[in-house]
Amino acid sequence: MMLITCPFCGPRADTEYVYGAAAGQGYPAPDAQQHELTEYLFLRDNPKGWHRELWVHRHGCGQWVEVERNTLTHEIRQVQALLQHEGKE
Amino acid sequence: MMARKADLSDAAMLAEATVTFTFDGKTFTGRAGDTVASALLANDVHMVARSFKYHRPRGIISIGSEEPCALLTVTENGTTEPNTRATQIPLQDGLQLRSQNRWPSLGTDVFGVLNRFSAFFPAGFYYKTFMGPKGAWPFYERIIRRMAGLGQAPEMPDPARYESNFAHCDVLVAGGGAAGLSAALAAGRSGARVMLAEEQDHTGLGLLPESATIDGCAPRDWAAAMLRALQDLPNVRILQATTVAGVYDHNFVTLTERRPLLNGDAPQPRQRLWKLRAREIVMATGAAERPVLFANNDLPGVMLSSAVRAYADRYGVLAGKQAVVATSHDGGCLTACALADHGISIGAVVDSRATCAPDVAAALAKRGIGYIASSDVVAATGRKHVTGAEIRDRATGQTHRVDCDLVAMAGGWSPNAHLYAHTRRPLEYDRTLGAFVPGNEAPNFHSAGACAGKFGLAAAIAGGTEAGQAAAASCGLAVDQTERPRVIGQDYPVAPPDGIPAGLREKSTFVDLQNDVTMADIRLATRENYAAVEHLKRYTTLGMGTDQGKLGNLNGLAVLADLRGVDVAQLGTTTFRPPYTPITFAAVQGQDHGEAHHPVRRGPAHDAHERLGAVWTNAGLWKRPQFYPRPGETDLEAVNREVLAVRSGAGIVDVSTLGKIDIQGPGAIELLERVYMNGFRSLPVGKGRYGVMLREDGMVFDDGVTMRLSETHFLMSTTTGQVQQVHEHLTRQLADRWPGPDVFVTDVTENWFSCALAGPKAREVLAGLTDIDLSPDALPFMGCAQGKVAGLDARLFRISFSGELSYEINVSSDCGAALWNRLLDHGAPMGLIHYGVESMGVMRVEKGLFVVGREADGRMTADDLGLGRMASRKKDYIGAQAQRLPGVTGAGRRQLVGLRPVDAAQTIPRGASIIAADAPDGPAPPIGHVTSQVFSPHLKSSIALAAIEDGRARMDTQVLAAGPLEGRRVAATIVDPVFIDPQGERLHA
Repeated sequence: MMLITCPFCGPRADTEYVYGAAAGQGYPAPDAQQHELTEYLFLRDNPKGWHRELWVHRHGCGQWVEVERNTLTHEIRQVQALLQHEGKE
Repeated sequence: MMARKADLSDAAMLAEATVTFTFDGKTFTGRAGDTVASALLANDVHMVARSFKYHRPRGIISIGSEEPCALLTVTENGTTEPNTRATQIPLQDGLQLRSQNRWPSLGTDVFGVLNRFSAFFPAGFYYKTFMGPKGAWPFYERIIRRMAGLGQAPEMPDPARYESNFAHCDVLVAGGGAAGLSAALAAGRSGARVMLAEEQDHTGLGLLPESATIDGCAPRDWAAAMLRALQDLPNVRILQATTVAGVYDHNFVTLTERRPLLNGDAPQPRQRLWKLRAREIVMATGAAERPVLFANNDLPGVMLSSAVRAYADRYGVLAGKQAVVATSHDGGCLTACALADHGISIGAVVDSRATCAPDVAAALAKRGIGYIASSDVVAATGRKHVTGAEIRDRATGQTHRVDCDLVAMAGGWSPNAHLYAHTRRPLEYDRTLGAFVPGNEAPNFHSAGACAGKFGLAAAIAGGTEAGQAAAASCGLAVDQTERPRVIGQDYPVAPPDGIPAGLREKSTFVDLQNDVTMADIRLATRENYAAVEHLKRYTTLGMGTDQGKLGNLNGLAVLADLRGVDVAQLGTTTFRPPYTPITFAAVQGQDHGEAHHPVRRGPAHDAHERLGAVWTNAGLWKRPQFYPRPGETDLEAVNREVLAVRSGAGIVDVSTLGKIDIQGPGAIELLERVYMNGFRSLPVGKGRYGVMLREDGMVFDDGVTMRLSETHFLMSTTTGQVQQVHEHLTRQLADRWPGPDVFVTDVTENWFSCALAGPKAREVLAGLTDIDLSPDALPFMGCAQGKVAGLDARLFRISFSGELSYEINVSSDCGAALWNRLLDHGAPMGLIHYGVESMGVMRVEKGLFVVGREADGRMTADDLGLGRMASRKKDYIGAQAQRLPGVTGAGRRQLVGLRPVDAAQTIPRGASIIAADAPDGPAPPIGHVTSQVFSPHLKSSIALAAIEDGRARMDTQVLAAGPLEGRRVAATIVDPVFIDPQGERLHA
């Protein structure tokens, strides 16, 4: 069971989180070509090594975080919040 | 007590009290402090089991968790557990023990005859022999399973209590020997929160045989002082009889704690599974002695030399009167001396080397022990117990026999590096030790003592202290620098056997005792090219079973390397996986059974429903009333009555579990525009709109009505059980895709109680309870209003899931029961009834409304569900692009339609496949499937919703609904999915 350090709550077991998706994939443009769409929807890299991914802290603060995880060793080298809360009331 | 020493003053573990237990129905006595193994040996009971495959007599080999043979079925206080290691069961009054895999009894086992035919049962025998005829395997298997195996699973529920709990610590020390005690004290004195787990019932047991002095003390006194020092530290927790079972990612560790029931008095759990997160782990798990390869090395009376000695040291039990010691290193010779000092007569020490150290030779000579150099024990003789040992001279090849009733094996030591291997780092082969040791240190993981290949007392204490200090330093603590204890004594190098002896009878030379794997099996596997370690393991079962080859693996590798003419280092080793020793399922389950198996969510009006006699159904974790049967009613009669009462009068149903998401902020409308496929910008304040949400791939994700409460404030409803997914879908878009829109999204499902008041009389019922103007002009379909209902602050939404005039009333959760009861009290004279979700479901099928999870099963587009025209063409929304993909639109897609049986007396089978009307008997290609099937009391007919290929183009044609489980086909007509009020006159009344 991995330990993921939530930027808001601190270190928490991975059972508190739910995996969302690979991070940094972008989103298809409104006028995306068919092959771009199918690639976006159905094809993903399966890297051996470092991987950026989105997790949601479902049983914690509910925030989405970006986790950089090594798929081989499960080492986690960075977890950062996606939402910047500065400037909000 | 023939085998117990007369003088028990030195027997470290024994207490005075006498304990009575039974083994295979016969009553024995032992002493408090005994284990089952020591008590059986004290009673001269050596044969305790029959082997897995050949039903050979087996005895007690070891004294720890590595025991492969002495597996018993234990019954204590009504709990029966099979395959329990006799070496790890503390003896208690009233224990009932049974041997396994024998019939009718251990002494006369009819399957023992298999042993005589063992030549016919080589590795792979069953696969090769029972190949045909086709389909016969289940028959063979039933017989084979009865002959082979371990204990039987108990058939009665286990009355004992088990626990599973979480813990955290800075430093976990696995093992309470010299290294572990030192590590725990070094870390503990540095201020770390330490947990020390010792697999045996007591720490420091391994120190008992040591003859050195530590700071001038005897090792056993030093160990006792260390334990006291640790107990005095408030930041150190000591768990005895606790095995570190597995190490997982990021130092997540499982431990199993065995807690003997105290005669049932105290409500103690029998076992406890710890789930521990340790910042640092110190592995100090010691080593297991390596058995020696010779024929009949599985006979009762063949034991590990260290175990023979430990039974004498700890329990005053002599496992034999006359012993032969088979060894290849000085440590084995010294063990022989110790056994002699305990009063066991040593027939010979058989050493594969040409000579031993001079001081060792002197010690042997002083005790008059015969030393036979350059020789191997090549066989043990005897049928149910050892009667002698055959000794072969390496130079001449001559053999001679020595009488004995005990063969003590001292074949070197194998580090218990399993926990290190659990971290998925490779073990390395150490040629001088002839064993695998941990490779590079893993982060936040330390090894100390014998498990790291560092043998000897001084090395254990030094390594343990260093590991404890390093772990504390890694936790950021100031390291305690107390001076290390001084060890005075001599250590002797550990060495493996010098090659595989010649002249062994391979078919009876056992490598893996638990699985009956012999040297001959390994030779066969090699010959058939199962010569890689992982192949060998699976072909011969070497290293499988409950002991996972703790004793046998290394000898197996040595034999394989010898056959292939390579070095063990080139072979590598099979992967050690958790758990280190088997874990009882009950401990994994802990208290999570019965009502505590998973959480139950009860709505605000749960008790009111209970009083009304609700039949409950599960919706996710929620309990929802399914229907409310009256006395004498069948389920269907109750549902029919409820449906007809609503359609002709009025009814209320609790819909609190529908998801509610509060969306506020200037950016709220922008968010809705992007997640819904239909437009919301034009929605006026005070009105709601039905919206459909798609996934990125264009399939329907969720649907529901969103109300506009103010310019910047919306309330979205979602499918029951989907609110979490929808909420996370929204927050993910805001976090990752469109950061910026000033909007807050909050799941408020639990804050509101909701009930729907539906039926032609709904307005009449509600009018007397509210100050809100209910006229169709003031509150039209899809309108919303705020005010008082039944004296409570309420939101009123005119939405419908039944096709009837309907109001959804929302009040604060804590007022839910009050609203429900006041509505019923007020409405009952007007014919208001309460109905459940089953009746609600019948009405929505009658109305042709789809449900996410049934009709919208993740494969349906909005167009498939008949909502294609809702999609906006003016905006971009999630799932818009996918509408252009081939296959997402076009011919051949399954579309939502209604079905009615041609013969109204027939019912459409649940979950039926739809096949062509002229399909022949037998399997036929499906063209669709039934998604929901109900009896419509309104139409007095079975009706169904179905997804059928190009269904809308097949209107009014016939198909067959085939329910293979019910074994029937029903002719049905494809109809419009809206079965009642297609014009919506009731809805808009």
